[in-house]
Formats: sequence, structure tokens, C-alpha cells
Amino acid sequence: MKRLGWTLGVFVALIALLAIGLRLNPREVPSPLIGKPAPAFDLPLLMTPDKRFSEREMLGQVWILNVWASWCPPCLVEHPVVTRVAQSGMAPVVGLNYKDARDEALPWLARNGNPYQLIAFDADGRIGIDYGVYGVPETYVIDRQGVIRYKHIGPLTPDVVQQKLEPLVKQLAGR
Amino acid sequence: MKRALLVLLVALPCWAQDVEHRAAALERELRCLVCQNQTLAESNAPLAMDLRNQIREQLAAGKSDREVVDYLVARYGDFVRYRPPLKASTALLWAGPFLFLIGGFYFLARLLRRRRVPPPELTSAERARAAKLLE
Repeated sequence: MKRLGWTLGVFVALIALLAIGLRLNPREVPSPLIGKPAPAFDLPLLMTPDKRFSEREMLGQVWILNVWASWCPPCLVEHPVVTRVAQSGMAPVVGLNYKDARDEALPWLARNGNPYQLIAFDADGRIGIDYGVYGVPETYVIDRQGVIRYKHIGPLTPDVVQQKLEPLVKQLAGR
Repeated sequence: MKRALLVLLVALPCWAQDVEHRAAALERELRCLVCQNQTLAESNAPLAMDLRNQIREQLAAGKSDREVVDYLVARYGDFVRYRPPLKASTALLWAGPFLFLIGGFYFLARLLRRRRVPPPELTSAERARAAKLLE
């Protein structure tokens, strides 16, 4: 009887481990950048190459950084969601055009609409590496002090916006 | 002047080779984030190529292996290392196999102890029969 109990216990424990393990998403690597200052950059703008943008310009407000590229199909999938976030006015949405070409990115925006307040142009992906980008699209929420508070890897979905992004932005902007 | 040039001529390839060796060794220790079961050395993903270039650039600039690994860990987390560091969140990972080993020994010891049942006592009649059979 005792033996049966043991066997059953081990079995249930194994099932529980498997159930948890199978639900985890191995592609979601916890970012070490959460809670750290957003890496500094100074990049030309996509639309007006003679102008530049630095993350310092956003100090004092909560903002969203969305990493995208015209060669990235999931970016197209999330585009309507990003557009809705930008239109809702919850926070300024800045684009980081990652390892793209101007003559492809600009027509892409013309076709699909440009929801971004402005777009920094990271042609060689160097700033992407600083931000730990590995699967475009990626989205960061950065607070008033310039600290990264949240990172989403992969396309934004209405669920993620509703459950994570919006409450967080509201909470950060609230005070 | 001539000698300095000679030294440079001999030293430069050696130094370049050293960087190449160290970069290759590091790439085998680091994970490509895009194809997560490949090392940076194996992966053809564009990000892996960028990171390989970064590693070479930084080694050539005189950074130590340690500094290069720290640079990547700061951006991508411990996950980029195939050999995770020992700390609180990875303690179970490191100790796990040994815990299983200890657990295995425990069960083995229990099993063996249970098996060691003393042979049943014979009655005097049985003893006499056994003695007769052995004769």
C-alpha cells in the first residue's frame, strides 16, 4: 500500500513537471535588460536621414519602442495592433527599423501605413544587439527615467496589449 | 626600423591567429538566440553572423574572453551561455544530476537491505532429511 502511494506520488510529480514544461515557451528568453536603463543610441531617422534621434529625447515620458523590419512577416501581422496602440495615444510609439534598407522600408510604410511618431534607422543592427533583439518584432516599454520596464518578443497581439502593455503604461504614466 | 617592421610582420599574423582561435572557441560556447539549439559557430542566422563579427571586433580591440561573454550576457542573459554559471536560479540545474544519483543510491540500498532475508530456520526433522540426502 505504501509502495503504491510512492509510485503514484512520483507519477503525479512527473506529470506536473511535464505539464509545466510543455506550457513554457522556449523562445521567450527572459531579458536581462528589464529594470535597466535603455541602452543609449544616436541614430539617423528613416524618413529624414540628416536628422538624428537619441533615446535621451524621450526622458520624462513613458514610451514604447517597437523594433520592426520590412523583411519580417510577423511585423506585418502585428502592424494593425501597433497602429491601434499608437492611435489610442496611450504612449508615443517610436519605431526602430532593424537591419532594413530605406528603399524597402519606405514603400512598406507607404503600403501599410506609418503609425510611428518617428523611426530610427538601425541599418547594421548594432543598436538591436545592444537591446538584445533576436526575434523581430520586439516591443519595449520604457519609463520616464529611461528604464526598460517590459519587453515583448514576437508580434504584439490584442491580448498582450490589453493585459500587459496598456495596464503597465497606465501605471507608469499615472504618477 | 627594419627590425621593427620585421617584428610587426611576424607578430601581426600570430596576433590575428590568436584572435581567430579565441573567437572560434567562444563561438562554440555561445548559443545562437535564433536557432536555439545551435551554437554561434554553427548557425547561419543573420544575427549569429552579426554576433560573430562583434566577437572578433571586440577581441581584436583587446578585450578579454571574459569581457566578450559578459557583453553578450548583459544583452541576452545567461541563456546565451551553453555552460550556465552557478547561481541561485541555476543551482537545481547543477545539483540535479547529483541529487538523482544520491536518490538512486538510497533506493538501491533499501532494495538490497530488503532482499537480505535470513534463510528460514530448519526444524530438526528437516535437518536430518537434508543430512541424509547429502550423504
